[in-house]
Amino acid sequence: MSQVQPILDVHDLRVEYMSPSGPVVAADNVSFRIHPGEVYGLAGESGCGKSTVALALLRVLGPPAVITGGQVFFNDTDVLRLDDRELEQYRWRDVAMVFQSAMNSLNPVMKIGDQIIDALQAHEQVSARGARERVRELLQIVGIDPSRIDAYPHELSGGMRQRAVIAMALALNPPLLIMDEPTTALDVVVQQEIMQQLSDLKSQFGFSVLFITHDLSLLVEFSDRIGIMYAGEIVEEAPAKELFKDPKHPYTFGLMHSFPLVHGPRRALTGIPGAPPNLLDPPAGCRFHDRCALAFAPCPVQRPPLIQLPGDRQVACFLHDGVHDFDTSAAMQARIAEAELVGARR
Amino acid sequence: MSLQIPVLELESEEVREIGQDLQGPEQSRWAGIRAWAPSWLAPLFHSKKAIVGMVILLAYIALAMLAPVISPGDPKAFVARPHQPPSSAHWLGTTGLGRDVWAQTIWGARFTLEIGFLVGIATTVVGCVVGMSAGYFRGRIDDVLSLFMNVFLIIPTIPLLVVLAAFVGSKDLFYFVAVLTLTGWAWPARVIRSQTLSLREKDFVAASVVVGEKGWRIIFREILPNMLSIIVASFIGSTIFAIGAQAALEFLGLGNPGRVSWGTNLYWAQNDAGLLTGAWWTFVPAGVCIALVAFAFAMINYGIDEITNPRLRARSGIDKALKERKVKTGGTRATPVLQQRSAS
Amino acid sequence: MTVQDPQTGEVLLSVRNITKYFPVGAMFDRMQLRALSNVSFDLKRGRVLALVGESGSGKSTAARCVARLIEPSGGEIWYRGQNILQTEKKSASLAYRGDVQMIFQDPFGSLNPVKTIDHTLRRSLQIHKKAHRGKDATAKVRSLLDSVGLAPAEQFIDKYPYELSGGQRQRVSFARALAVEPEVILADEPVSMLDVSIRMGILNLMERLKEDRGLSYLYITHDLASARYFADETTVMYGGQMVEGAESEELVGHPAHPYTQRLLDAVPDPLAEHGQRSEHQRWEPPVLVDPPPGCPFAPRCPYVMPVCREVMPGPTHLNDHHWVRCHLHGPGDTVVPMAAD
Repeated sequence: MSQVQPILDVHDLRVEYMSPSGPVVAADNVSFRIHPGEVYGLAGESGCGKSTVALALLRVLGPPAVITGGQVFFNDTDVLRLDDRELEQYRWRDVAMVFQSAMNSLNPVMKIGDQIIDALQAHEQVSARGARERVRELLQIVGIDPSRIDAYPHELSGGMRQRAVIAMALALNPPLLIMDEPTTALDVVVQQEIMQQLSDLKSQFGFSVLFITHDLSLLVEFSDRIGIMYAGEIVEEAPAKELFKDPKHPYTFGLMHSFPLVHGPRRALTGIPGAPPNLLDPPAGCRFHDRCALAFAPCPVQRPPLIQLPGDRQVACFLHDGVHDFDTSAAMQARIAEAELVGARR
Repeated sequence: MSLQIPVLELESEEVREIGQDLQGPEQSRWAGIRAWAPSWLAPLFHSKKAIVGMVILLAYIALAMLAPVISPGDPKAFVARPHQPPSSAHWLGTTGLGRDVWAQTIWGARFTLEIGFLVGIATTVVGCVVGMSAGYFRGRIDDVLSLFMNVFLIIPTIPLLVVLAAFVGSKDLFYFVAVLTLTGWAWPARVIRSQTLSLREKDFVAASVVVGEKGWRIIFREILPNMLSIIVASFIGSTIFAIGAQAALEFLGLGNPGRVSWGTNLYWAQNDAGLLTGAWWTFVPAGVCIALVAFAFAMINYGIDEITNPRLRARSGIDKALKERKVKTGGTRATPVLQQRSAS
Repeated sequence: MTVQDPQTGEVLLSVRNITKYFPVGAMFDRMQLRALSNVSFDLKRGRVLALVGESGSGKSTAARCVARLIEPSGGEIWYRGQNILQTEKKSASLAYRGDVQMIFQDPFGSLNPVKTIDHTLRRSLQIHKKAHRGKDATAKVRSLLDSVGLAPAEQFIDKYPYELSGGQRQRVSFARALAVEPEVILADEPVSMLDVSIRMGILNLMERLKEDRGLSYLYITHDLASARYFADETTVMYGGQMVEGAESEELVGHPAHPYTQRLLDAVPDPLAEHGQRSEHQRWEPPVLVDPPPGCPFAPRCPYVMPVCREVMPGPTHLNDHHWVRCHLHGPGDTVVPMAAD
């Protein structure tokens, strides 16, 4: 791993939802690091715990969610020991967040400029005039005409509102931005523009990003590293392009072969059979084993540990604990061809 | 920051599972009684509040039905000297005219509850038909029906009631029910209309149209069952309204003083100077009864709300689970941390 | 306006110059929202036609018009030799409903939450007299569930929609549509609200049904990639107008309309390095309320010419399988009638 000190260091994070029928472990043993200037992507099916992790990092998830283990360090700050007042400063000044429904969470009866000014003044001693000037600048950098500073949210399109939210998140120049499905509700052209803009802003200001989305092609395009979560655990982590080209975990393979592409040649798509497990009663052993085409003896019995692989990547899968490099893609493809033959014969 | 981030994500996938989990009929009191009760009653037995309400209400219904057994004879008979305080012979004393208050109270339950239920049913039926027609057909039909609803919503209820009751007369049971229904139908109609409007836009209605269902069938078989909780709530609300309004009218002397009901009991208590002379037993029983019945209905309503609203339902279970794990939320809104660091 | 292909099958359903206006605004400020202008396409037996566009392109309105959930303001829908907008004026006949079915986007909203799966499917069968009461219907319901991959049927038959996952619900929607033994399925973004891992399963199910039963699909989507994967032909819509149509692979490989090019460029590409994308003009949604004449894309088009703001061109055929409505490629070789106001 890199020698540089990570900006965010999550170690064995465990988040549970307390329910009358026992705790639901929404995230377990989640460890990852985000380095300065890096875009870290977190992917997985809905309910895999990726949003839970993001919200827990900010400590904005109220009960019944409880962090029951692990550590979260932001630079040298132990996030899990912060009190309410310190958290106020930590959120937004250190770590800001843009999430999917944010554009609908703007106050409809307040001008967008005033909303950003309010937020600014809550954290910083600035004069009204200075704050207004700063907001105009912010709108400019996220691609909104500064003359719209006195517009109400309903006067802006969805894309513009999401830009306003991004401006608000960037107001205090935070070193880390968490984005949870920031463009999911937007049209593809608007999405591309906003992602492009964020990319430019990132190189300009040098913040890091924790990027969460179910749109894997977008995630792979914009992330540096990606962690794949399944049923509350990170099952594979690798540089983004490597993960797409050569997935090691059969689940990652399934995910990466679940969406068609417009660019390049047509490719065969497999999807993933079955449905994610019930977190109230997760399967024993590897949580993916009952949907896995390559499962073998140890999978239903033992939990696979996270194994370090060459090329700065890790995977939690028994196929990769041997000495030689197992070719997941080839094996999966062979299995699929086999299954198709059987299907054809039937 | 609080502006941007919801503190409690109760809608998240995991918590939805928790909510569903709670519905399991095996874990509730329902398990014991499901053998003999109709299944649509099941939800009511998941809520303590609803059970309390149902027990009170059933007790009153039993009293009303068994009145001839518990207190045979005419409740209007003069049995003793007027304004006798409670005694072993007359448990609740006697009225200013020397009638037995206990007999009057349980016989009064009959008429009061009868009116309450009849008005509740009539109001709900009218509200449903008008509200659903307006909401489903929209356009002209909605314009006309909404105009009527608004007119009846704007007119102050009690003065209208007084005028109508004085004008039409409320001696007869039918007129009484008609007058109360006429003043009470607009509110449920309004609520049901807006609910229909929003349900009508749902894709399952469009899917029914595409499959070839006819309009009326869609209204009554597809949309209506989705509004049961609202309809029950409006029935309960209308019934409480009817009992209160009836008592008010009768107290003002606009009812039939010859009939025994809680309202007329109050009217006679007032007329015979029960309030002035401090003969509390002449008016307290009827007053308490009205309040208790209204309370019972309200509890049932809360119970239904608790059941149909997954947030409320999940809440109580979650609090218990948090306590079991000794998680201190300490009034903060941040994610609690339960540290089990062994060594460090 | 559609691709003329002598080799492929008979035209089942033909939509001609469908137009839809919605009145908007207050009493003294009445305006028209033009959701669809002169939309025409043919659905052929056993083929899939994709309508691709962003929100506001009119693609869903077009599907809802064909499903007779919305009455078009003008145009014709030809089915079995009849213009059904004339012959079935007030509402669609049961025969039409029995042939043309629809799948909706939201798997959580398209099934009645208080009805069991059994009830939902049984109603479909009863209305169209595909099964008699009792045992026969039960057997049919089971085989329907089986054919959409919900086996064993006992596990699903008495469930309520909330007890199923999104993918399973969408399969039930397909079973409901299949119950009437339709010819055409209008699929309005059937996978866009599902998890990525579930989408392929549904698309593959649609493919299988097409092959087994000779179904035709109108596939509505915002996702060019899935249109390329699933549809034989793809038509691109913008601002209520059809702007380009071709065989799917051809459209993706050789987009001719500047809007199609822009749309293709915006699709995320996992193999691209970020920051590599070309620069573009700022994007705004199209004007639908009282739109100016001419091409709806003109205000955003990098190649805009004066004529673009005056006239919307008819389709120009680039080859047998590819047409485009853009002045860059000529004024059009067919005349499109003016939309009646």
